[in-house]
Amino acid sequence: MFWRHGVIFAPMFAYLSLEEWTVLALSLRVAAIATVIALPLAFATAWALARKHFPGKAFVKGLIHLPMVLPPVVVGYLLLLAFGRRGLIGGPLYEWFGVTIAFTTTAAAVAAGVMAFPLMVRACRLSIEALDAKLEEAALTLGAGRMRVFWSVSAPLCLPGLLTAATLGFARALGEFGATIVFAANIPGETRTLPLAIYSALQQPGAEGAAARLVGLSIFAALAALTASELLERRTRHRLRGDAA
Amino acid sequence: MTRLSVDIGWRPRRKHGPGFALEIAFEALSGATILFGPSGAGKTATLRCIAGLEKPQRGRITMNGAPLSDAETGVFLPPEKRGFGVVFQEARLFPHLSVEANLLYGAPDRRSASLDEITELLGLEDLLERRTQRLSGGEAQRVAIGRALLRQPRMLLMDEPLANLDGSRKAELLPYLEALTKSAGCPILYVTHSAEEARRLGDNVIRIVDGRVAAAGGVELIGPAVAMR
Repeated sequence: MFWRHGVIFAPMFAYLSLEEWTVLALSLRVAAIATVIALPLAFATAWALARKHFPGKAFVKGLIHLPMVLPPVVVGYLLLLAFGRRGLIGGPLYEWFGVTIAFTTTAAAVAAGVMAFPLMVRACRLSIEALDAKLEEAALTLGAGRMRVFWSVSAPLCLPGLLTAATLGFARALGEFGATIVFAANIPGETRTLPLAIYSALQQPGAEGAAARLVGLSIFAALAALTASELLERRTRHRLRGDAA
Repeated sequence: MTRLSVDIGWRPRRKHGPGFALEIAFEALSGATILFGPSGAGKTATLRCIAGLEKPQRGRITMNGAPLSDAETGVFLPPEKRGFGVVFQEARLFPHLSVEANLLYGAPDRRSASLDEITELLGLEDLLERRTQRLSGGEAQRVAIGRALLRQPRMLLMDEPLANLDGSRKAELLPYLEALTKSAGCPILYVTHSAEEARRLGDNVIRIVDGRVAAAGGVELIGPAVAMR
């Protein structure tokens, strides 16, 4: 097993072409931006869903989970409608600030973030629902205001869930294809992430070898992200439970 | 001199049981006051109203004349502003903090001089560095009491702090509670259904039955007949 992995992966990293490095770096960057921006939003959304009661909650819940069940191409198209130069949000952005989002790296990050959002909300929500509200009550009676209770009790106890959400989101963002190709297109060096590069290679006659290398790269990246988070999460959980001390 | 006066009406938001309603009035002064009565009589609800964790629909709660909660004027001080220390049935220690950090969570100054005093009173010297998960039930409850005391409360509210412990743990903790009530550093309001605890800890006893005060007076109110049911 190990020997075979070594044969596949070692030469791959020694001989990655400039183009492959570009694709990998861009993919990591897009996924990282998507995760960093979506995570706090996902946590806030999950908090509202888990703790607050408001009219139309069922509808909001459905809306948030929509990207999970809609064809990704449809999500990409909707994003294009909203953020295109004549879109509801994209129009004013372009006219007032001269900012274009569609068909840029930002668009790739937005697409990846939107597609990863439901997963991240779910992971956050599980950790918030597992949170013992009695501990927060105790903190209140000890004189801590709502803010201090949140930062000193609720947030630290949700940390494992936040890490899970971040990894799941990151891995999902790395693999985003459908929404990205519609909303951000397939521009080398700008929006051509790993899945899009694989797609392009497969379209090209005789590029199966290149495609295979990219496939290997994408498996490796996803696996690395998941393993790293698993280790990190386990350490955090141990620390919270006090096993490591 | 401390004077907590309570005259409130409260009913649960979602009715559990057929129309439970609390209609209660009493005063607690310095020393230990025991709210004594059978389970389900409304003792815990009363304590939660005083702590600010529930909002009475009627009446007022005042501490030394200042209103904490007044349904008529709409005054309602949130729990963190009431200056009480609360000990619950469960220890409710913060699992991500050490024993020492738990103790100091509500302390007004980070390095409290009273830390040594209270760790000694409750026998916590050897536990300070420990993780809360490594404590026995009785130890955890002692830490919870210490944590509530270190916030330097105007009054300590205790809600059946021994109810979740088995017999030997109870026996282990009772002397600490006795020392606490006898030291008279801080007035205590103590909720219990156990006649033994009430007898050993109380100066003043308020007997609560079905959400109402049935009698108020000294320990003589605790007859063996009302002990368990």
